[in-house]
Amino acid sequence: MTNSWVIPRGAKRSVAQAATRKLSGSGIEMYRMRQFSVRHARGLKLLYSALERVLVRCEPLLRRIGYQRLDKPFAQVESLTKGLLLDSQNCGQCIVGFTGLSCPMNCPKKMRNGPCGGVLADGTCEVVPGMPCVWVLAWEGARRLDEAQVPLQDVQPPVDHQLIGRSAWLREVRIKVEDPGHAI
Amino acid sequence: MQFEDEPVTPGDPLPIRPGHSSFGRLERVLRGGGFAVTAEIAPPDSANPAEVYKRAALFDGYVDAMNATDGSGANCHMSSVGMCSLLTRRGYAMVMQVSARDRNRIAIQGDVLGAAAMGVASILCLTGDGVDVGDHPQAKPVFDLDCMSMLNMIRGMRDESRFLSGRALDEPPRVFLGAAANPFAPPLDYRPHRLAKKVEAGAQFVQTQYCFDIDAFRSYMAAVRDAGTHEKVFILAGVGPLASARSAEWIRGNVPGIHIPDAVIRRLKAAKNQQQEGINLCIDMIHQIRDIQGVHGIHIMAYRQEHRVAEIIERSGVLGGRKLWRPSLDWKDGEWDQGSAVAAQDALSNNPVARKLEKVS
Repeated sequence: MTNSWVIPRGAKRSVAQAATRKLSGSGIEMYRMRQFSVRHARGLKLLYSALERVLVRCEPLLRRIGYQRLDKPFAQVESLTKGLLLDSQNCGQCIVGFTGLSCPMNCPKKMRNGPCGGVLADGTCEVVPGMPCVWVLAWEGARRLDEAQVPLQDVQPPVDHQLIGRSAWLREVRIKVEDPGHAI
Repeated sequence: MQFEDEPVTPGDPLPIRPGHSSFGRLERVLRGGGFAVTAEIAPPDSANPAEVYKRAALFDGYVDAMNATDGSGANCHMSSVGMCSLLTRRGYAMVMQVSARDRNRIAIQGDVLGAAAMGVASILCLTGDGVDVGDHPQAKPVFDLDCMSMLNMIRGMRDESRFLSGRALDEPPRVFLGAAANPFAPPLDYRPHRLAKKVEAGAQFVQTQYCFDIDAFRSYMAAVRDAGTHEKVFILAGVGPLASARSAEWIRGNVPGIHIPDAVIRRLKAAKNQQQEGINLCIDMIHQIRDIQGVHGIHIMAYRQEHRVAEIIERSGVLGGRKLWRPSLDWKDGEWDQGSAVAAQDALSNNPVARKLEKVS
């Protein structure tokens, strides 16, 4: 008996696939906002810090309303703003403060600890044609954020899949309140 | 290399020396100050163990350890756990490559325990190629971990006897941890820092991508030395023979992460016998790499030219008189099945250098 769904030789790139590919990676324009955010990493990080300070101050109120109840509306606001600025993938455990405002979840290999060895000579991705490597952008942005030391050197833990789609801001505020020494 | 405390049967682990993390030969050679030689063994598209033994026999007596690749180029082959299980039982020193592309943290931790139990002493953590470049582009890319978090996780299993979840292990996997490095991909000025980060995450040795651009590699190593990273990690430079100028051009245009300078292609083009020139070039590279301070060995990737590896090692003189471990030749107590022993011998008799060595010994 043979598998009827075995893909015949030479047919590994179907027309439909090629079409999807084209749609998902059409031109550099798609990545313009990401590049803007990386160029303005310092300003955006300051803006976020201000927002975070306000949220930390409002923490007792947030707690009274209930984190669980607030999670969905917060996640929606985050998805909108970070989606526009960073092409955020809503992982719920944002680390762009460490990565020069370049969202590492846009890496097709979901690398959160630096670039792979396959970055093309022009700095674009080996998997998604034409996309600037998120880590090439991160290196650029991170140096803008902190000129004193080599950035990107903190080893990030693997993604917690239970947090995907939830609000990273609320999580951060909670961590900050419970452990004031915690870095962004 | 033969040590004074060799086990009675080659499949058994060596005793762990003080300060070592593994019972492996590769760690012993590197910590002993030897210039280590490793090679990549291509897993077969087959369920026949004889095919695995045959491929391993090509390197017998020439390498300190073999890397069993894990679905390299996102193509499907025999698993690295399977390869390592077969070969460690025969006494071969293996580096098991683990790619984050296909398995999540539950599967990888299970494999690490299984492999260590089967005698694997070295593990190389890789993120892996994207599924799109392989023969199953429809597959789900897993990437639950990346190379860095994988290193960290396995180090935790080894040094703290804990799974990533924190649950305790009864017996930790005694493994020497490795990573890959590509000094030639952008952002170039970040690459030495990335190596330092891998060391921070747990890498004890690294094997680099093909080093065809010696000048670029020299400046990378200079930056690595400036940071003192070469004193914290053993660096094995990747080398390999190019089959022809045409294949070199194809690799340059189609395989991400491999950088081949024009001078290399010009040299191949000018040669009468391009394949032989590819071997000569590889030997020249080894000589130049050996003189770079902070390099502790070479890693030979001779895809489809595995039968020429012995010649490369022999002619380059990289072993410097070191006599290496040869499981298939040194251990013949009749326990092997005849079929694969014959296959191993066949493979050797097709190899001129090996034949010559046979005569000498």
